[in-house]
Amino acid sequence: MHMQETVLKVDNLHVNFYTNQRCNKALRGISFELKKGRTLCMVGESGCGKSVTANAIMQLLPDLSRIEEGSITYWKEGEKISLGELKKNGPEIRALRGEEIAMIFQDPMTALNPVFSVGFQMNEMLMNHSSMSKKEATKKSISLLTDMGVPAPEQRVFEYPHQYSGGMRQRAMIAMAMACEPKVLIADEPTTALDVTIQAQIFELMNTLKREKDMAMMLITHDMGVVAEMADDVAVMYMGLIIESGTATQVLGNPTHPYTSALLESIPMLGKGKNQKLEPIKGTTPDPYNRPPGCQFAPRCKHADEKCHTHMPPEFFTKEAHMVRCFKYEELNHER
Amino acid sequence: MKDKRELLLRVSGLETYFPVRKGVFKRTVGHVRAVDGVDLEVYRGETLGIVGESGCGKTTLGKSILQLYRPTAGSVEYTFADGKKDLMKLNNKDLDEARRKLQIVFQDPYSSLNPAFTIFGSFVDPLNKFGIRKKADQQKLVGDLLEAVNLPRDYMTRYPNEFSGGQRQRIGIARALSVDPELIVCDEAVSALDVSIQAQVLKLLKQLQVERNLTYLFITHDLSVVEYVSDRIAVMYLGKVVELATTDELFKNTLHPYTCALLSAIPIADITKRRKRIPLQGDVPSPVNPPSGCPFHPRCPSCREKCKVDKPALTAYQIGGEEHFVSCHFAMEFMKEKK
Amino acid sequence: MSSQALQKKMDDLLYKEDHGLLKENTTSRTLRKILANKLAIAGFVVFVLMIIMCAIAPLLTKYGPNAIDLRNRLSSPSKAHIMGTDQIGRDIWTRILYGGRISIFIGLGSALGAALIGVSLGTYAGYRRGMLDSIVMKVSEIMMSFPQIILVSILVTILGQSLWNLLLIFILTGWPSMYRMARSQMLSIREQEYIQALQAFGIKGHIIAFKHMLPNAIGPIFVNITLSTAMFILQEASLSFLGLGVPLETATWGNILNVAQDLNILREAWWVWLPVGLVITLFVMAVNFIGDGLRDAADPTQVG
Repeated sequence: MHMQETVLKVDNLHVNFYTNQRCNKALRGISFELKKGRTLCMVGESGCGKSVTANAIMQLLPDLSRIEEGSITYWKEGEKISLGELKKNGPEIRALRGEEIAMIFQDPMTALNPVFSVGFQMNEMLMNHSSMSKKEATKKSISLLTDMGVPAPEQRVFEYPHQYSGGMRQRAMIAMAMACEPKVLIADEPTTALDVTIQAQIFELMNTLKREKDMAMMLITHDMGVVAEMADDVAVMYMGLIIESGTATQVLGNPTHPYTSALLESIPMLGKGKNQKLEPIKGTTPDPYNRPPGCQFAPRCKHADEKCHTHMPPEFFTKEAHMVRCFKYEELNHER
Repeated sequence: MKDKRELLLRVSGLETYFPVRKGVFKRTVGHVRAVDGVDLEVYRGETLGIVGESGCGKTTLGKSILQLYRPTAGSVEYTFADGKKDLMKLNNKDLDEARRKLQIVFQDPYSSLNPAFTIFGSFVDPLNKFGIRKKADQQKLVGDLLEAVNLPRDYMTRYPNEFSGGQRQRIGIARALSVDPELIVCDEAVSALDVSIQAQVLKLLKQLQVERNLTYLFITHDLSVVEYVSDRIAVMYLGKVVELATTDELFKNTLHPYTCALLSAIPIADITKRRKRIPLQGDVPSPVNPPSGCPFHPRCPSCREKCKVDKPALTAYQIGGEEHFVSCHFAMEFMKEKK
Repeated sequence: MSSQALQKKMDDLLYKEDHGLLKENTTSRTLRKILANKLAIAGFVVFVLMIIMCAIAPLLTKYGPNAIDLRNRLSSPSKAHIMGTDQIGRDIWTRILYGGRISIFIGLGSALGAALIGVSLGTYAGYRRGMLDSIVMKVSEIMMSFPQIILVSILVTILGQSLWNLLLIFILTGWPSMYRMARSQMLSIREQEYIQALQAFGIKGHIIAFKHMLPNAIGPIFVNITLSTAMFILQEASLSFLGLGVPLETATWGNILNVAQDLNILREAWWVWLPVGLVITLFVMAVNFIGDGLRDAADPTQVG
């Protein structure tokens, strides 16, 4: 068993959006690490900031936004690179994208260019990051498609995205992402648009790749079931903050933050039958321009008191490095 | 127990084919067999869940029953106050009566309400049509309906863009209730909502069912959700029902290989329950060119020679006092194997 | 915006937000975008100004539009005649003002008439589809592939030249494009779930089409009307220039231009054709800017 080696570290990241003549503080200080051979699942509902995090790492934030504070550090063969400081779309980040850090998106139909063949797009990726000729690149593309389980790859490589089914397109996208053997794979809701049987296939593929290439994977999802199946480590996000994080066993087996517990209690679980108790989380997600002054979850929390409504809880750690952003973490934690 | 149930809807041999046209003269070159021979019975007061993946025809089935799509064959018999009538053969007066009794809640909260009208405005035409014409009466009714879905009365003067997805979905439910229906088709009614909002809407649906003696046809791709709301579940594949049983029975004695694979593919949010997957090869096939014999045979891990040639029929088996329907030649064999 | 300026703007917004100086923006985003579009505002101002001036023409000039004064024919701009006179002594400035009434009337009238027919047909056919839609589509395709100017000339020859005939002809040749535009809007709105909900209630087709669908398409339709107005004014000008428009004695912007066919006048008496040419250009540009502004404002993909 190898040491858990960190390849990417995000520290106290703050990101603001400046649209509609307002300032939206989308990320308010999040910290996490991606380790070799381990999958970190970022889970949260819409608007919590999980996609923003992925985009920030890849320096793909839209024009009207910026990193305010904090750092993103990537270790390339021992050398530390500060991603947050690289110029957007500058040569350094472009060299890293694809080759060291790759990203796959939710909707493969819009992520792949419909006017170019899949093979052309894969070749472009390969030739960009290496000195391959077009012929060599095509050969490599075919072998990648084979590895990803795309049937009849010699034909498929010349076909266009609309000729592929949803599952195949996602495989093609993963093939493109894996083409240069990146150390980090960021997957932003990669199977949300796919059928559940296809989702199972894609996840199996991703796990195999992770094991074989000792890759670090960051999987963004809103589905707690996916977290239970795929995660080694979990980070739960709410309103731009990570409110709980730790290993999957810690967070799912012993959910401490009231939001995590409430979320788990509000989703129907397969196998529990018709009469399972489903408790919706009361209230609604606050308006990002009108945030509660203290803990962001306090207005909806059944354990909240004065302090929670007025002060933002810092990150508290249990003995086992299970992070909970809640003043009441000791009473709510049932670790043995 | 079966005798106490009142049959509300009987679907027989329902087929909805969409023609595929090509060429300048739009010649029909084939058909998308969205619904390919479906038989169903729905009893008053129950929730029948209809599950399947994309292309299985579940949404088309729901809309075909409501005659929003015109089925190309079969019959849809509904029990009205004055007897059973086939919805496909109704005259205009009876069709209006049918529209009252059968309603639908849609999937996309962002396109289910007219952005140009206030909430009240969206209710006006249905109410006018079904006899409530005085503005004061209409306002009272709309207010009552909004309260029934846990929204304040004065929301009726606002526009849809002021509401969240979950709230819009609840307004959609209120609209379906406005004509006092008996059967409501919920077409992926919670699929587009955040997970924590889904729970709110599901609980509301259950509560309304009890209060108003409603019958639901709950269409979804999400098996965890359907397990929570349904009394019985029908599993669809390529336009046909492949398995139909009570919820408990379906999960306890899963017979059809597709249902088994489907259940095993679903990720469960319980860390102690990581289980073995039954992997399915290949993609969900296209309903334009269904395979010969059993439609599932190309992907079935237990496929035999007979499956490639003979189409299995949906057969009823008596298991544990309940009817369990399966569309597989070797269903009984599989069950014996498990035991 | 340059990177430095952008950074500074962001810092500024951040400061204001932190100090609670930014509040809920209640003005509609559409209105904000329109107001921010300076060209659109300028266009609107010019448009309104010109209409008012034409409307109060008698207050702005003491001459009649057809008052002939042969002693002062082709006189260059002077104190008595601000823009000079034409070849039979009529005051140009006056003719431009009175002519504007007719030209704008034709432009706007044709656009509205074409819209009335085109949008009604497009809305209902777009909703209903089927036979009616196919037939009207084919008819519109035929009419649109015919060279416009030839079609109009033929109709003018058949019906004769008069103001009302011209209006009729423009409406007849103008409805197909409005029809197609309305229809394409309807085709996409039709797929919205709230339309299916109305069908599930058994609401009649024409109510669905006109009461529920049309209000959602009104944005692009309105833009189209403004742009068509400009187009019809130009058409009238071209036709009148060729002598095929409104009878020559009536003052319209195009008729005034008509005299520029004479090479002599073209060279020697620039005040006869140049001002009216500029006026037409100015008016059409103003309308186009308004149309562009409306279109951009209604477009949800353009973020403020």
